[in-house]
Amino acid sequence: MTDAPESSLDPVLRQWHDMGGLPAGPVDPAEHDYALWEKRVDALMVLTTGKGLFTVDGLRRVLEDMGEESFAAMTYYERWIHAVNRNLIEAGAYTTEELARKLAEVRARGEDYGACSLDRGDG
Amino acid sequence: MAERVRVRAWAPPGLHVRTPWYLRGRVGEIERELGLFANPEQLAYGLPARRLRLYRVRFTMAELWGPRAERPDDVLEAEIFEHWLEPLDDAS
Amino acid sequence: MPHDHPHEHLSPSGHPYRPDQDGPLTAAQALEIAVRELLIEKGVLTAREIADAIARMDARSPAAGARVVARAWTDPAFKARLLADASAAAREMGCDIDALRLIAVENDETTHNVVVCTLCSCYPRNLLGLPPDWYKQRAYRSRVVAEPRKVLAEFGLELPAHVRIRVHDSTADMRYFVLPARPAGTEGWDEERLAALVTRDCMIGVAVPQAPK
Repeated sequence: MTDAPESSLDPVLRQWHDMGGLPAGPVDPAEHDYALWEKRVDALMVLTTGKGLFTVDGLRRVLEDMGEESFAAMTYYERWIHAVNRNLIEAGAYTTEELARKLAEVRARGEDYGACSLDRGDG
Repeated sequence: MAERVRVRAWAPPGLHVRTPWYLRGRVGEIERELGLFANPEQLAYGLPARRLRLYRVRFTMAELWGPRAERPDDVLEAEIFEHWLEPLDDAS
Repeated sequence: MPHDHPHEHLSPSGHPYRPDQDGPLTAAQALEIAVRELLIEKGVLTAREIADAIARMDARSPAAGARVVARAWTDPAFKARLLADASAAAREMGCDIDALRLIAVENDETTHNVVVCTLCSCYPRNLLGLPPDWYKQRAYRSRVVAEPRKVLAEFGLELPAHVRIRVHDSTADMRYFVLPARPAGTEGWDEERLAALVTRDCMIGVAVPQAPK
């Protein structure tokens, strides 16, 4: 399927995420349960938007701006943490310098998620 | 708001909007009015957002997909903000 | 976790975890840890708030929606309230609905409802828990608005010719769930027994409750 009949809009302006009605393959019924780090991403989104730092529309805007390549190459919550982070930077919650410092500190702790995420009872 | 409406055939370049492409320019009827909701086109950029009327609009598959519709009288319903809707004079 | 036994990669519900959670730290995982710690250090969030949010998420499952459906099947006054204001009716049953604006759409002899979000993946998570992967992927989002009958057939649901489909695209502030038709042969059943017939997929609209054999 392509555009609806007699569409007057220039298809070049259609954004990648706006996919209703486009051709696609069969639905893949496979499912997975969420890992702890994914649930934490979800919780960070729910809590920071709940406190008014940004909105779900801000999250969607960044996900859309990340482009179709990210939709193909990254998992759902991988995309989400990037979009949450960018909205928090935009909101002034922390600076890019603070983030860079923290990322280096996290990576220096070990090889895998369990070693790098200090257990402080947050989930 | 008229019973019959046309969704604006408009493509804001690169901006965050919540009106799907496949509904733009299509004619439907108001299924119900939902009340006032902050405009997502402003919320997305952290701007103060105006509260706008939100409607559920019902379209036939024939209207959306023409002769390619699976079943012309199946319907699709979506929420559309008032600034995307143009009232149509009902000739009947 | 050792990789020597395939069953160790399945969760209690029988689904695999993401393969990367016990591998080397990924960029996204590092970012999650960093963002979380920065927010805690800045006083924006507490570790306790994050743990509580995850506990609330884990407590949400399709069982809540199934209880609501079973109540609507057995209590006509409740069903009327559910169709008029689904958020209020679900709260009445103790569901954790928050500020979610919920609309119940009813299946009957001549109408079948199915829910999608073509623009992202809006879902009534307070009532049904987190969405299945396929709900968020391209195939379902792209196709169900244009060829719902083909898509439903892929889920094993063939609708009779006289049934009209209503597809609901969750484009803004409302979230939808399907109130399925009560199967024949369940006369006299109590709510608990009825609720067991109502799966998540029935409330998304890609399945219907199966009548008892």
